[in-house]
Amino acid sequence: MRWFWIDRFIEFHSGKSAKAVKNVSLAEEHLHDHYPGFPVMPGSLMIEGMAQTGGILLGESHGFKHVVILAKVPKMIFHSWAQPGDQLIYSCELLDAREEGGTVSARATCGDRLVAEGEIMFAHVDKSQAGPAGANQKNFVFELGLLDVLQVGKAGDGT
Amino acid sequence: MPSREEIFEKVRETLVDALGVDDDEVTPEATLIGDLGAESIDFLDIVFRLEKNFDIKIPRGELFPENIASADSGFVVGGKVTDAGIAELRTKMPHANLDKFATDPKVEKISDLFTVDMMCKFLAAKLGV
Repeated sequence: MRWFWIDRFIEFHSGKSAKAVKNVSLAEEHLHDHYPGFPVMPGSLMIEGMAQTGGILLGESHGFKHVVILAKVPKMIFHSWAQPGDQLIYSCELLDAREEGGTVSARATCGDRLVAEGEIMFAHVDKSQAGPAGANQKNFVFELGLLDVLQVGKAGDGT
Repeated sequence: MPSREEIFEKVRETLVDALGVDDDEVTPEATLIGDLGAESIDFLDIVFRLEKNFDIKIPRGELFPENIASADSGFVVGGKVTDAGIAELRTKMPHANLDKFATDPKVEKISDLFTVDMMCKFLAAKLGV
């Protein structure tokens, strides 16, 4: 499994806001354990999806010159859940973008239903702070391949 | 210009949001790490929020100095901060209560210098109150 918790961006306003889609599928292995007979998308993975949406929004605002890591989730409230077949829309707004990091507000919705809402804070880590092995992009919000999902609105029909 | 009471109220609000603590836990004497459970990343969050809530800039390390008593600072001998180290702390943290710390300057007690009151005094000085 690849660590992609968003499928595609559907809106991207540089330095302001972004929306991404996550289609929940019964093909995802973990849903068979979480929970047997009642598959629901784990909240932690929704947070990861929102962090990927918001982290790319923040990273792009600085031209991807920093390594962005999820630092803290100061607030997250889950109002309902998501099951296979549901399409989650993660909407993030950039509240704060600075040299040391930034904060986004995040919401997950399924149609008109609010699934989760909260705030996510990111920190920038420089190579010097990343330990002797250096900054390993795999640990961070945008693993190399994840940037491919930044192809906003490129559906199969090119729209 | 806000009064000292208003500064305290805003600091309390900031800490409630940043640390998820209750209003009544945020007292002037409360220590950020020991009493309110702050971790290292929370200090960055707190600085972000203070800048926003007070509309000021807080340069890195000004409110919460970094590496003041690290092993290679030369200010720690036998687990205690030396007189020179205490002098350094007084310079870097003029709003902290160093007198009490100086009576038993164990290095692990440095975290107790980060109190709500220290933050309020720092902000009052910053805002010219």
